[in-house]
Amino acid sequence: MVYLTRIEHFNAAHRLYNPSWSAEKNEEVFGKCANTNWHGHNFELFVTIKGEPDPATGFIFDAKKLSAIVKEKIVDQLDHRNLNMDVDFMQGKLCSIENLVIGIWDQLVPVLPERVQLHSLKLVETSKIYVEYYGEK
Amino acid sequence: MSKKVAVYRKEHFNAAHRLFNPALSAAENDAVFGKCALPNYHGHNYELIVKVTGEPDPVTGYVVDMKWISDLVQAQVVERFDHRNLNLDTEEFRSVNPTAENIAIVIYDLLRPHIASKHELQIRLYETPRNFVDYPA
Repeated sequence: MVYLTRIEHFNAAHRLYNPSWSAEKNEEVFGKCANTNWHGHNFELFVTIKGEPDPATGFIFDAKKLSAIVKEKIVDQLDHRNLNMDVDFMQGKLCSIENLVIGIWDQLVPVLPERVQLHSLKLVETSKIYVEYYGEK
Repeated sequence: MSKKVAVYRKEHFNAAHRLFNPALSAAENDAVFGKCALPNYHGHNYELIVKVTGEPDPVTGYVVDMKWISDLVQAQVVERFDHRNLNLDTEEFRSVNPTAENIAIVIYDLLRPHIASKHELQIRLYETPRNFVDYPA
């Protein structure tokens, strides 16, 4: 079994805010991340697939094709967007990177070719914060 | 012979912005700024490198105290811009397009009055790991 990772990136705005709480409670829990007019990050997305190399190509799956799928299905939805306002699959959810990585996983699995097995996603928000998701519910 | 040394301090802030010139039409803004002009903002992890050049002080051996520079940049720059929307939340960009170029000039102007005239100041600002600017050039 070999694991192959493709890295993509996108730049987006977001805000951490629970609409069912008061402004004070949001401020207390999320601090400056709750800023009304958003802030933003350079996000990096690590997409790891696993499998056996194809005897004909030596590839688990063509990394360029994987990149094209991730760009079309994920990055194009997120890049230079407001995650709270502009992204269909984040509507009604808190825009934490935890929820975002789960949302990306759920978008990506159905559009990958059947023979491609998604192993993990790593989503980096800053040089000091990232999350990993393995599809476990 | 002059024994000038350059010292550098790195700081960072995360902010939302959009590139938009209100004097241009929506179509012109789109043509010039592309997805950077999207109305609901996007964001970046900005990395700031402040360079101060001068001769080491004979008493301390410092050009400037790094802790002092760090505190100055935190107070003048990071507290002003971190987790803010540069277009909406800051006085400096009310009528100035917050490109990396203009942000670097604004940061220079914020810091310059606090740094001794015998010292040179240069700002390097990374908007993404791939895009960065220097001011003065």
